[in-house]
This record gives sequence, structure tokens and C-alpha cells, in this order.
Amino acid sequence: MAFPVAQRWLLAALILAGLASAVSSSIDPYFLDGVMGVGVSVVLASSLNLINGFTGQFSLGHAGFMAVGAYTSAMLSTVVAPRLGWNPLLLQWVFFPLSLIAAGLLAAVAGLAVGAPSLRLKGDYLAIVTLGFGEIIRVVLQNMDAVGGARGLTGVPAYSNLFWTFGTAALTVYTVWALLNSTHGRGFLAVADDEVAAEAMGLDTTRYKITAFGIGSFFAGVAGGLYAHLKGYLNPGGFSFDKSIEIVVMVILGGMGRHAGVVFAAILLTLLPEGLRELGSRSVPNPFGGAPWSLDWIKEMRMILYSLMLILLMLMRPQGLFHRSERRRRGA
Amino acid sequence: MTEFLQQLLNGVLLGAIYALIALGYTMVYGVLRFINFAHSDVFMLGAFVAWYSVEKLGLPTQSIGGGLAALLLSMSVCAVLGVVIEKLAYKPLRQRSTLTVLITAIGVSLLIQNVAQNSRLGFGPNPKAFPALFPSQQLHFGALTVSTHQLVVLGVALSLLGVLYWIVHHTRIGTAMRALSFNATAASLVGINNDRIISFTFGLGSALAGAGGVLYAMNYPSIDPLMGTLPGLKAFVAAVLGGIGNLPGAALGGLLIGLVETFVSGTRLSTFRDAIAFGILITILLFRPAGLLGKLKIEKV
Repeated sequence: MAFPVAQRWLLAALILAGLASAVSSSIDPYFLDGVMGVGVSVVLASSLNLINGFTGQFSLGHAGFMAVGAYTSAMLSTVVAPRLGWNPLLLQWVFFPLSLIAAGLLAAVAGLAVGAPSLRLKGDYLAIVTLGFGEIIRVVLQNMDAVGGARGLTGVPAYSNLFWTFGTAALTVYTVWALLNSTHGRGFLAVADDEVAAEAMGLDTTRYKITAFGIGSFFAGVAGGLYAHLKGYLNPGGFSFDKSIEIVVMVILGGMGRHAGVVFAAILLTLLPEGLRELGSRSVPNPFGGAPWSLDWIKEMRMILYSLMLILLMLMRPQGLFHRSERRRRGA
Repeated sequence: MTEFLQQLLNGVLLGAIYALIALGYTMVYGVLRFINFAHSDVFMLGAFVAWYSVEKLGLPTQSIGGGLAALLLSMSVCAVLGVVIEKLAYKPLRQRSTLTVLITAIGVSLLIQNVAQNSRLGFGPNPKAFPALFPSQQLHFGALTVSTHQLVVLGVALSLLGVLYWIVHHTRIGTAMRALSFNATAASLVGINNDRIISFTFGLGSALAGAGGVLYAMNYPSIDPLMGTLPGLKAFVAAVLGGIGNLPGAALGGLLIGLVETFVSGTRLSTFRDAIAFGILITILLFRPAGLLGKLKIEKV
């Protein structure tokens, strides 16, 4: 049993996140923003990994559930919080986590509402239905004047800090990991490996799929809440199909159904565009003398490079960057 | 009543364009069983090739000959492009899981969009005004107003659907396409060159998407590198609605989505029109997972 060890890791990660947030005022804010974005990505990728990687379903609507959570917690912070008359510290350390949980719960409800009827469908069809729901959530948000409609929602207080982003990330990775190593968790893997065989063994496969979907959506909602209080501004366009794709790519790149790989991929893919942007503002010394070569072209090429890398990776390493062998190791 | 007829006409026009794009999705799904996400970008490029042929190559505007030349040019460029994309990106993945190919398709789609948005390599991010390719004039039938451009859209779309039907049902290569989508292994056993048929399918589908792009741009005369995304998604919805892999289904689905969208646009719910296509799709999938005209395959263990 590896449980105690994993719990120690979780505790260590939480303490580290706490310490880091204590010194965060001395960190460059631009850098800090990027780092917290990484935490949000890890939550998103890990939770989608539970659905797409471990349970073998294919959801293309993760951004939609993230949007539900983001708007829920943002509304709580902008409408409910000011009426409480609490001091800011209390708001950030007590009210904010509660609003994150509320965000997660509402996203989970949305996830169950989508999952319960549609998980009977398989493969491509499930992908299409989740894609459709993601788009519907976006359009509905665009038309809701109460949440700012297409103009977006502004003035969300900046409650997200290193502790909340990384603490949540650690908690998400731990939860997914612990869940899969429980008796119940074997059911998810069985559904992914061979649904028919799992059913023949007496597993209620639909229940497992819906559970995975609900838990995955919960964390997507929490990630949305973190994102809202990190950016301070929400726009329905930010939760489009492209955002869902971004999360799916993290899961695929990390090797579907690998815990650490997906976390690495989330970190890599979040930092890569920022890194390329940074690289683009520098120049290399000219070996032939004369003016140094500007790397400015990288700035406008970075999305092209990103898509090229994605294609080449799929052609050369379709099992993902961090995939060793099949999932055998975990079983032992 | 006039209002209704006018909307009906607009709906049929939009539906015909969706049908052209949906056919490409459905044909590729038929032979390769995957969703070609780059299809909507080929649609966008179709519009840009026509724009280019007028603005840079100097094809005459407002003329039937010039318009047809631009249309044919963009169809051929898109066909070649479709074949090239398939050879470079999808063919090496023939034995891989559908998911891998799906992600590659998304990568190709992102690549095309980003290259097109780059002002040095592509067209730049700003929208461009699309020229009037064919002679434009308003015709009046009673209270009904029809522009010549709308007639061209309808005529071209219908003839292309007819040509496609003829190719698929009355030529050797069409028979081979149907055989391949029915059973790929059996098709190669009877001597059909699968790779050649797949290339042809991609070329054919992309040519239709290119034509769809030109027709769409004639109706909504502002084009930009991201213009393909939403029509592409809706055409894809149309393909699933009719039963993916089923050609008449795609045409029917396209028509339905076009009509519903146009009629919803005329009501108070107009801002929800993008969501409604997906709402219909989900309802259909829940009650008839194989689509309107599709046949449900029974899974054997």
C-alpha cells in the first residue's frame, strides 16, 4: 500500500504552496501570473485525464464546465461577498474556498446533466455531444446580461494566489490518483480497457462513467473559479471549443492515463507560449560580427510553431511524450 | 407570407452551403472513420483563393466567366490541398487509433488558421471585403426579392450535389468509394487501391468545401482566417444529424440546420442561433444516435 507515502507527498506539496505564497509578494508579477496559470492547467488536465485517460471516454467540452465554475464563483465574489461585510483576509481565506466548492458542485451538476443521458453513446458521438454542450454553455453565457453577456464580467477580486492554485492542483492530482488506486477506481480502468468485458463481470459501467464525468466536471469547475480570480475578468469567448482542445492536447501529450505525464504536459504547454513570447523579445549575438540577430519573428510565429509541434508529435510519438509502456506498472 | 418565403429562400441557400461542407465531413468519415477538423479551414481557404484570384490575379469581377473561373480555381486548389494534407498528416497514421488522427487533424486546423493569420506568410488577421464575383442585380418576383448572387449560390450548390451523386453512384471510382466505406478490408481484397480512393475522397470533399467557401463569401461578403470555424462546426453537426457516413443524410442535415438557423434568426431568440444547432444535434443523438438517415450498427463481441 502506497497510501501513506502519497499522503505525505500531498502534505509536502500543500506546505510548499503555502510557503511559496508567503514570499509571493517578492516575485515578479508577470512571472507569478504565468506560474499560477500552470496550477490551473494542472487541475484542468488532471481532471480531464480521469474522464478521457483513465475511463476511456472522450469529452470535448471541458471548457464548458470550467466556464460554469468560473462564472459561479465570480458571481459569488462580486455579488454575494460585498454584502457580507467581511474583511478581505476572511474573504480570501474562508469565503473564496467555499465559493470554489460551490463552483465545483454546480459544474458537477452540469456534468451529470450532460453525462447521464449521453454516456450511453460511445466514442465519437460522446465527443460530439460534449462539444455541443460546451458551445451551448458558451452561447447561453453570452446571452445572460446578469453575468455581463458578450461584454464579459469584470472586477472579479484577485483571490487566487500560489497557495490556492498549487494547493488545488496537488489536491486534484492526489484525488484522481487515490481514486484510481481504490477498489472503486479499478472499475474506471476496467471500463477503459474493455467495456464489454467489464459489463460481463457485473460492473455497472454507466455508473462508473457518470461518476468519472461528475468528478472530472467538479474539478473543472474549481479550476474555473481559480481562473476567474486569477484573471479578474471573464469573457464567454475564453471558454470556447479552442480551450477544450487545449486541455485535451495536454492529456494526449502527457500520455492518456498517466498521472505525472499529464501534469508535466500541462506545465509544458502552459509555459511554452509564454516562453516563446519571452524568447521573441531577445536577440542572439551575430557570429559574423555586426548587429545581433533579433528573434522577433518567434513572437508572431509561436502559434504556428505550436501547431507544427503538435502535428509532428502525433506523427512521431502518438502515445504521448511521457508514455513509457502500457499501463502495466500500475497494476502490480 | 412574403416574409416567410424570403426566409425560406435564405434558409435553403444557407442550408445548401452547409450541405456542401457537410458532404466533405461525411465522405471522409465514411472511408476513414474520423472527423476531419481541418475541413472547415479548407472551406476558409476556398474563399481566400477566390478573393486572391480577383485581387491579385486580376480576374474580372461582376462577370459570369470570371466568377466561374474563380470558383473552379478555388475548387482545384482546395482539392490539391486536401490531397496533400491527407498524404502528409493522416496517411502515416493509418494504423493508429482514431484519437491520434483526431488530434493531428486539430493540429492541421490550427496550423492552417495560424499561417493564414500571419501577415508575412498568409493573409493577416484583418477581415477582407469579398468582391462581387458574378453580375449582381436584384430581381423581383411579386413581393419577393432575389439577388442574382443568391441564384448563383443555389444553382452552383445544386449542380455540385448532382455531380457528386453521379460520381458516387455511376462511376467506377464512386463504386470503389462506397465499397471502401462498406468494408475496407474486403475492398482491398477485390483489388481496390484503398490509398488512391482515400486521396480521391479527400480531393472531392475539399473541392466541395472550397466551393462552399466561395458561395458563403458571396452571401456574407467579409472573409477572415477564422471564418471557417463556426460554419464548419455547424456543417459537421449537419453531417451527424443526417447520419454520419451517409451522403443524402448530410445534404438533408445541412438543409435542416440552414432552415432552422434562418428562421430562429428572425425571432427573439436570434442571439441563440449558434446554440440551437447543437441543441437539435443533442436531441437527435439521444433519441436516434445514428442520425436521421443513418443505420445503427450492432456491436458484436
